[in-house]
Amino acid sequence: MGAGAWWTYRPDDLLMVSPRVYARLFELHNQALWPAQPLALALGGLALIVLLRPGPRRTRLLLMLLALAWAFVAWTFLWQRYAPLQRGIAPVAALFGLQALLLAGLGLLRTGLHLPRRWSVRRGIGIGLFAYALVLHPLLAPATGRGLAGAELLGLTPDPLAIATLGVMAMAEPARRAWALLALPALWCLLSGLTLTLLGAPGAWLPPLAVAMALTARWWPTPAALR
Amino acid sequence: MASPLPPPRLLSRRRLLGGLLAAAAASTLPAATLARSTTPLTRTLPGTDVALPRVGLGSWITFNVGDDPRLLEACTAVMAAFFAAGGRLIDSSPMYGTSQATIGHALGRLEALDRVYAADKVWTSRRDEGPTQIEASRRAWGVPRFDLLQVHNLRGWEGHLETLQAMKAAGEVRHLGITTSHGRRHDEMEHIMRRAELDSVQLTYNIVDREAEQRLLPLARERGIGVIANRPFQRKRLIRRLAGQPLPPWAAEIGAATWAQFILKFIISHPAITCAIPATTQVEHVRENLAAAREPLPDEAMRRRMAEYVRGL
Ligand SMILES: NC(=O)c1ccc[n+]([C@@H]2O[C@H](COP(=O)([O-])OP(=O)(O)OC[C@H]3O[C@@H](n4cnc5c(N)ncnc54)[C@H](OP(=O)(O)O)[C@@H]3O)[C@@H](O)[C@H]2O)c1
Repeated sequence: MGAGAWWTYRPDDLLMVSPRVYARLFELHNQALWPAQPLALALGGLALIVLLRPGPRRTRLLLMLLALAWAFVAWTFLWQRYAPLQRGIAPVAALFGLQALLLAGLGLLRTGLHLPRRWSVRRGIGIGLFAYALVLHPLLAPATGRGLAGAELLGLTPDPLAIATLGVMAMAEPARRAWALLALPALWCLLSGLTLTLLGAPGAWLPPLAVAMALTARWWPTPAALR
Repeated sequence: MASPLPPPRLLSRRRLLGGLLAAAAASTLPAATLARSTTPLTRTLPGTDVALPRVGLGSWITFNVGDDPRLLEACTAVMAAFFAAGGRLIDSSPMYGTSQATIGHALGRLEALDRVYAADKVWTSRRDEGPTQIEASRRAWGVPRFDLLQVHNLRGWEGHLETLQAMKAAGEVRHLGITTSHGRRHDEMEHIMRRAELDSVQLTYNIVDREAEQRLLPLARERGIGVIANRPFQRKRLIRRLAGQPLPPWAAEIGAATWAQFILKFIISHPAITCAIPATTQVEHVRENLAAAREPLPDEAMRRRMAEYVRGL
């Protein structure tokens, strides 16, 4: 809000959108993108199959799909829709672009990332997060009175994309690469949780919960470590 | 904001009429009442011949709606009701996202350029960016010139005040001022008020945020500077806090039917306050707020009673 003692500002002094404008963002986005929604759901379903039955080529395909989604959301949602309304979103859009580049970069490598094939707590949480983002998160808007028109879909909007990516990175190896690609989705989920809390929106705790679950998965001792 | 503001739209008469009716419909307001129906109390901006209605309209958050056609219509309906109730001063800033463009859109739809007292701000730490920013703001509003330009939150005030003085001398702006809010930087504001030639200052003043009464409001009277009161409702927090409490029975004596009117009447009855600028998204609220700028207003004794009552809740 300009010069002055920054510590005297409360987070809600910095939020520039009202609940109605925030809700309308998703409605307008869905309207503008129709009929991209069935395609997004189909690609999300494909990605879930890859997670359930991974292989080197499939994992690369998954990384490329994620990269595409991060770039798409950066441009169409964050940059074009949200940034004109909320200060600070333009640099976030750039960071989303960077995440897309990192994902694409890993996808180009032959062995950029491995996904586990055997069931474990870590894999369970990871796939659970991805499935939630694909199937349940879009139902949040209709379930809380915002209607199907305001549904937030994986691949088209930031929250489910960040949660799904957390799911993938919660179980991927090598750990260092997974951690690097987990950072931005986690930060977005925290920012989103704060925004939704300030807006008094239901389900504000869901994105931060996804971060907590992804961290739990990553820190969960592997069978090798237990031995 | 990274993206440039869209230019104000130029409209044909037919589209304009359609817009007016849409605005009226959206507000359940008969189109006829878009003509000025009531006259609120006014106060002259000190040292000028401009009489301003004592309740204006803010635009932080409420008018930041992007290019959403539905919400642009809703904001147009709010402005239609504002003008219909005799309102004039609308306050915005380049800091308010797309609010300036929303105002420009509504001014175009309502053909209200002759009604509005356009108050905007310059908000950049770099002096050389000031003129470009002001010009972008002017285009977003679609006004030939601003009535009032204020240095937002005192940011880069020394340089910007020089720019604004030069613009005023050249007839490119009528009045100039500075703003702050939340009780911040009152010492610096006092310093500037003593030093610079200002037409107005804008600061936070309401029934619970009364620090300005100590030095700034008396100084404004002494120096002949108008005062615009922002955050009259603490961005609704104050109204929410009071909502569960009963209005005192004697609120009727000052013509306050709601808490919003109670608060506004307290603010605008201070002798130094030129006007208060509540922001709203609702037609009913804008009418309610403008209706507070009518007789009777509280006298000094009543003002004390009002403040004590709220303190006791
Ligand atoms: N530094 C600065 O220069 C500075 C700083 C702060 C503010 N300002 C200016 O001052 C203006 C006012 O401040 P503000 O917008 O922060 O807060 P405000 O005017 O105190 O509060 C706005 C809120 O009050 C509600 N409201 C309005 N009329 C109402 C009524 N009759 N009954 C119930 N609720 C009502 C509105 O909700 P509804 O939409 O539901 O009506 C809105 O959410 C700003 O918009 C801006 O133009 C300037």
